[in-house]
Amino acid sequence: MTTTADALALGLSRDQALAAYTTVCRARALDDRRFLLNRAGAIAFIISPRGHEVAQAAAIAALQPGRDRFCLYYRDFAAALACGFTSAELMLSAFARADDPSSGGRQTPGNFGSRRRGVIIGSSTVGPQIPKAAGIGLGLKWKGEGALCYVSFGEGATSQGDFHEGLNFAAIHSCPVVFFCENNHWAISVPQPLQVAGAGVAARAAAYGIPGVVVAGDDFFAVYRAVAEAARRARAGDGPSLIEAQVLRLQSHSTDDDQRSYRDPGELAAEAEHDPIPVFQHQLEELGWLSEAEDRRIRAALEEEIDSATALAEAAPDPDPSTLSRHVYADG
Amino acid sequence: MAERTLVQAVRDALAEEMERDPRVCVLGEDVGLKGGVFKATEGLQARFGPERVMDTPLAESSIVAVAQGLALEGYRPVAEIQFADYSFPAFNQIVNEVARIRYRSNGDFGCPLVIRAPTGGGVRGGLYHSQSVEAFYCHVPGLKVVLPSTPADAKGLLKSAVRDPDPVIFLEPKKLYRAGREEVAEGDGALRRLGEAALVRAGRDVTAITYGYLRVVTLQAAARLQEEGIEVEVVDLRTLRPWDVETCLGSVRRTGRVAVVYEANRTGGFGAEVAAELAERCFESLDAPVTRLAGPDVPAMPFSPALEQAFLPDADRIAAGLRRLARF
Ligand SMILES: Cc1ncc(C[n+]2csc(CCOP(=O)(O)OP(=O)(O)O)c2C)c(N)n1
Repeated sequence: MTTTADALALGLSRDQALAAYTTVCRARALDDRRFLLNRAGAIAFIISPRGHEVAQAAAIAALQPGRDRFCLYYRDFAAALACGFTSAELMLSAFARADDPSSGGRQTPGNFGSRRRGVIIGSSTVGPQIPKAAGIGLGLKWKGEGALCYVSFGEGATSQGDFHEGLNFAAIHSCPVVFFCENNHWAISVPQPLQVAGAGVAARAAAYGIPGVVVAGDDFFAVYRAVAEAARRARAGDGPSLIEAQVLRLQSHSTDDDQRSYRDPGELAAEAEHDPIPVFQHQLEELGWLSEAEDRRIRAALEEEIDSATALAEAAPDPDPSTLSRHVYADG
Repeated sequence: MAERTLVQAVRDALAEEMERDPRVCVLGEDVGLKGGVFKATEGLQARFGPERVMDTPLAESSIVAVAQGLALEGYRPVAEIQFADYSFPAFNQIVNEVARIRYRSNGDFGCPLVIRAPTGGGVRGGLYHSQSVEAFYCHVPGLKVVLPSTPADAKGLLKSAVRDPDPVIFLEPKKLYRAGREEVAEGDGALRRLGEAALVRAGRDVTAITYGYLRVVTLQAAARLQEEGIEVEVVDLRTLRPWDVETCLGSVRRTGRVAVVYEANRTGGFGAEVAAELAERCFESLDAPVTRLAGPDVPAMPFSPALEQAFLPDADRIAAGLRRLARF
């Protein structure tokens, strides 16, 4: 059990923890609403962060949005919110509207990008952000201002050659990079044993001579601690770390997938009992940082927020077809 | 002004740009200590240090990915891929990441970087050190593709590529690295704009549009045909994306006959695009079918000298093709 003293020793205040909790609940409320909208035919395609939210919010809470760089992947909705994206902005992207701040409706939702927030625009491709983060880390090291680059990916992405190339480069040059694997044990329908040989993802860090740690992704404080330590090392010039957060994918891969067709019903039912959000809520209650009344207030406020975000995005204009050819090159 | 080979001109361009702009850096396999397998970066590490001239691990995908990361942090990286044949491990990074980042971010991000690679055959490199890869990259909106064939063009275009706000694939015909020397200007006086073709020989009977090593061979063929009374106009494209359609159209409207001469595989080669565009745009000026004189559709250039010669269009074959056109 995490005590108040433990939490404070991590450098976490009640306000920070509650902000992260609100982010987690916001991601979940957004996800619930996007599902309804998808089933109603209003939005085309979504990928759900369900089960990953606490790990994502904890990782970003241990970093410095505004100063650090973030190479997120398509499941990182809670991480994107923690980096400063708003519910309205993510709804605009769900509806592929012109004002989607990441891509103006060009990319599928989940490819987050904002230069001013240090969030490097993603692509739907699995893995290429990993060596890119090494390059960003090299640039940050040259600048010597103590900033770092955070990069996240699933365990399936670790099968890509780019995973090896990125960790190898970052380790050789002591780049300030935090490699964060959200291991939900499934890459669409392929289970971890068919994806990762050996002891797991974190164990691979040894091959690069960098720290590799496994954390329970439903333990906010454990993830925060691991990422804070990796960040400390990175900022001190001690190089990259690899963190493997064990999470559950409490939803199918995407709205185009139905995991009941390839997963064991008993296992799915058992996993559904292990939602990380009640775990985090309980931790905060035990610390005396969150009451039931406060929790209800947070969730009610989020419902209103999501209502107005949805209304705004529904009413927002589509991209103008005449802009199809813009931004291919700098002069166009 | 100084007499320079093409590879020396490349090195001068890099050195001048690094001197001019502290953000410019060079990375790739063997580019540091050794100065590159073709010596294009010789002496640069001693002059600019091991960070600005960095020997990377032997992994092309990460060479391009790291270059992109540096570009995102405001640096102006010039990545060397040791042979164009080995750009394919980086294909995803180049096409999906580098080329599309501006478009997919709706203009929020850009990626100014240069990827240099020796290209083409004729040096007994065999299947995997002789390939012409330009068509793959010319197909990709978001990339610029440059393929110079003289020292002055190489220097001037590389300097412009380094200053360009968009990613540039810069292909250097390795057979011409040391094939000859010419006077090359220094500093900004050397700059050449991307996207401009050069009319390198005037003639009124047939237009030959070419680039890379085959510019040299096409000029030999043109000299031979001159003796037969056939005047060939030769255009060197120099930049393939964006390519100089207007200069080519102007020439074809004068001659009414055009061949596109290129070393790469014929089918889907960049010359096929040139041929299609010209056929669409100046059909009414044509007195003969738009023709391709290209490398054969075999996977790549073999090692054996007999087979290498059989692959590479020589002056005889190019002259024969142009003669046919002139008499059509
Ligand atoms: C290079 C590439 N191959 C295939 C795909 C299709 N695809 C999208 S997500 C995915 C599974 C990824 O699994 P993992 O990395 O474990 O992350 P998760 O989705 O489970 O969070 C696949 C195969 C892709 N996007 N990119």
